Amino acid sequence: MSMSQTRSNAEIPNGPGGAAILAAGIGCAAMGVLAFAGDASAPIGKALIFYNPTGALSGVTTLAIILWLVSWFVLNRLWRTETVEMVKVNMASFALLAVGFLLTFPPYMDLLQGK
Amino acid sequence: MEITARDLWTVLHGMGFGALFMLAFSGALAELYRMSTPLGAIQASSREQALLNFYLVAMVVLAWFTVFSGAYIVYPWYRAVPPAGITDLSEYPRRLLLSSGKTSEWHNIGMEWKEHVAWLAPIAMTMVAYVTAKYGRAITRPRNMRSAVLAFAIAAFVATGVAGAFGAFLNKYAPVRGGATIVLMGGEQ
Repeated sequence: MSMSQTRSNAEIPNGPGGAAILAAGIGCAAMGVLAFAGDASAPIGKALIFYNPTGALSGVTTLAIILWLVSWFVLNRLWRTETVEMVKVNMASFALLAVGFLLTFPPYMDLLQGK
Repeated sequence: MEITARDLWTVLHGMGFGALFMLAFSGALAELYRMSTPLGAIQASSREQALLNFYLVAMVVLAWFTVFSGAYIVYPWYRAVPPAGITDLSEYPRRLLLSSGKTSEWHNIGMEWKEHVAWLAPIAMTMVAYVTAKYGRAITRPRNMRSAVLAFAIAAFVATGVAGAFGAFLNKYAPVRGGATIVLMGGEQ
């Protein structure tokens, strides 16, 4: 059983995995970009208030989750039977993850805004 | 022995979900690393793989509970606006921190970073759990895929560490207090 399972898993194209990885990067970057946008622009910050007690955080997180899930769905549809270049997918995902970390870090946000 | 409803929710958010999620990283990272080596993949049984899948799914559930309880239950109490003229800010943690230059950066850096960076962890761990479950032991074959899984798991650990550490400090300088009192146990006088 273990051999057959290993073989069947190995035969799965890497597309679905690549889609999940790249979508996670997109979700993380979206979190950072939206957090930065809400901090840098008062009108955007106000528009991101989906639930008043939680403030703009509600809109930032809701939209980031939607962008993550939609991008995962679309990429998975595109790549479900494909073999993708994982090096490129990884590089893009790591860059997007770094964007997510940097743009949620308040001193970096302030630096970009010239504060 | 009493506790307020807000204290209880804060404990559930930070210790019940968050700390448990944080603790689970040691096992997850060790197992993901072990599984990602060619020798580990050969040795892993189907039962071990199923256990790892369950373990990672439990982590994902804990991660989402942590961020949602934080953002939608505890955070509104933290950022509540005090009525005009009030001088005791002990039930308004954000305003309490911002009222002094000695504590304001706990909010401006600590809470502002924590409230956003924490959400990277459940997104990353959901992907880690999905890819691990989908590819199983075959994750060692696409070498770059296992690198991404490990990197995102470590990133989730870092994000959780930042959020957890600032959460602990914030709760020390400006705890979320108030709400109904729950009597847990009567004591001797």
